[in-house]
Amino acid sequence: MNNFLGDALLIARKDLAIEFRTRSAFLSVLVFALLGIVIFYFAWDSTAVSAADLAPGVLWVIFTFSGLLGLHRSFGVEQEEGAIDGLLASPVSREAIFLGKAGANLIFVLAVQAIAIPAVSLFYNLPLGGIALPLSAIAILAAIGLVAVGTLFSSMAANTRLSELLLPMLSLPFFVPIVIPAAQATAKLLSGRPVGEAMSWLRLLLAFDLVFVAACMLAYPFTLEE
Amino acid sequence: MKPTPLSIAAAAGVALTYVRAIYFTPTEAVQGPAQKIFYVHAPSAWVAFLAFFLVGLASALYLWLREERLDRIAEASAEVGLVFTTVVLITGPLWGKPIWGTYWTWDARLTLTLFLWFIYVAYMVLRGAIDDRDMRARFSAVLGILGALLIPFIHLSVYLFRTMHPRPILMKPSAPSLPGEMLTTILIAFAAFTLLYVALLRARYRYAVERDAARLSESRHA
Amino acid sequence: MNGNQAAVIEAESLVRAFGDRRAVDGVSLRVHSGETLALFGPNGAGKTTLLRLLGGLLKPEGGSARVGGEKVPGGADVRRQVGLISHRTLLYDALTARENVEFFARLYRVASPREAAARALERMKIADRSETPVRALSRGMKQRVSVARATVHSPTVILADEPFTGLDASGARALSALLAELRESGSAVVLVTHNIEEGLSLATHAAIMHRGRLVRTDERKSFDAGDYASSYRELVTAGE
Repeated sequence: MNNFLGDALLIARKDLAIEFRTRSAFLSVLVFALLGIVIFYFAWDSTAVSAADLAPGVLWVIFTFSGLLGLHRSFGVEQEEGAIDGLLASPVSREAIFLGKAGANLIFVLAVQAIAIPAVSLFYNLPLGGIALPLSAIAILAAIGLVAVGTLFSSMAANTRLSELLLPMLSLPFFVPIVIPAAQATAKLLSGRPVGEAMSWLRLLLAFDLVFVAACMLAYPFTLEE
Repeated sequence: MKPTPLSIAAAAGVALTYVRAIYFTPTEAVQGPAQKIFYVHAPSAWVAFLAFFLVGLASALYLWLREERLDRIAEASAEVGLVFTTVVLITGPLWGKPIWGTYWTWDARLTLTLFLWFIYVAYMVLRGAIDDRDMRARFSAVLGILGALLIPFIHLSVYLFRTMHPRPILMKPSAPSLPGEMLTTILIAFAAFTLLYVALLRARYRYAVERDAARLSESRHA
Repeated sequence: MNGNQAAVIEAESLVRAFGDRRAVDGVSLRVHSGETLALFGPNGAGKTTLLRLLGGLLKPEGGSARVGGEKVPGGADVRRQVGLISHRTLLYDALTARENVEFFARLYRVASPREAAARALERMKIADRSETPVRALSRGMKQRVSVARATVHSPTVILADEPFTGLDASGARALSALLAELRESGSAVVLVTHNIEEGLSLATHAAIMHRGRLVRTDERKSFDAGDYASSYRELVTAGE
């Protein structure tokens, strides 16, 4: 068990080192998210729809698409020089590889969110300080689900033709039970409802995370072996 | 395609259903003749989900047993299931327009079927994007199983969404308790469609067998 | 030949197909501690597939393979004993040479990974480029780092697939010295190469693979290098 987590951590750190060594992927995804948030602003008629009504949708849709963008490149790094063979020949277990890569993706996604959410607050003039804690919980749960499914599918898509198109096609149906609860819970919080009313959504998110982290980790070895 | 006893029986069953539905089943008082689409819509939905259940089952068994036939069953069931799902999504709005005045309402079951359609399409696109037979079978199997796990979550999400966003009460198109003759017709329809599904599945499976055999001899002579 | 000692690398009627083509069609071999088997053969003969089977990257469809007595594909313990050198470098471009080798040292649970990585890079005469991102290195230098990566954990089994690819003269010398050193310390090596001369100079045994089968296996001492090259050509073209 010790080894398993240790190996996963090693791999996660390696992926993050690569990611932040160049920083270009992170910046690209971040800029994409910010641009999206800004564009939505200009597509918005503020007299017809209030910021509190618009923001949850914008936030979680942008989360999904910027997440996809970020996930796509996470396996490219193993394919450049065939490094995945080095990993597969090593003593590390396939599940640990999955957990490590998913963990690195999680940090990446949360790092983007840490800037995108305040950006929404800023651009839409929507103070989020009061709901910061529950909103962070939603963001973490949503990110875990996104990353579990996305890491598995980006590994699969990397082996196929049309991988940039295939990844969204495969992943988006699976993101729906993440986006609906996240957006609805955020909307409830923004309209000043007590946290308790958002609880059923959060429970659904948690259940999704538990099921899919396990399922994706168990399915991962099947996408690797030859 | 050679007609087999099964496919003849299926075709006859479907024909019988429609004769009965159109001529021998009373017209529903409130909805009028449009309600008869129900006899296509509901059984198609049943088959759509049945087909996906089989995809999920065949996928799980394939990963366990690595038997090629299971992969072909999954492939065949997915394609047939996609067709029936499309039928549901077309008949739904066709039924909805005369009844509700709009083509699309986010009805919980129709929404779930819409997502089923997306999963089917993703499955077919995935299969089409992989040339290696073994990889294709493995990857599709993973998607098949995960897709089956996804369905209940989508259902829950949509259900929770609907309970939190109650819609104005509309006429319920399919009353849970149907008068005698309508009930009989719909049961016949379900049986006929199931038979049709099995016939199409077998035909599609046989096509897959022949196609794979042709590919095999092609590559041997290449 | 230490015929009585247990073989470190063993294959018994190994079979592996891709689709309907049998890349490895019933291969049996034994490599003992301290032996180097040079494996020759034309493109598509199945040499890379055989190596991947021995390394546990592929599952055999028939027959079996063992490393250090344990079946492959196997668990962590078996994999820890194997070092895989490929014609691809298996490196992470964005990381430095040292970071790459250290990462693998940690993965293989080498004691003092930092020092082991430094030593490995030193042996391949690329220590001066330790802090250079791999992306900035030439092909030959990358290959040296790759060899360092593959050997940092002192494997008892080396599976080398065209390891001389891209190496210049001094890099090739460093690799030959390394392989000799490993042989002396008892490792078993399977070396796939196109260069018959080079391969024979390092080998204790030689084999030719063609269309998925081993068509000839000999002890190195039993033949002359020049004769071998011509009989290789014969064997390979005869089968066409």
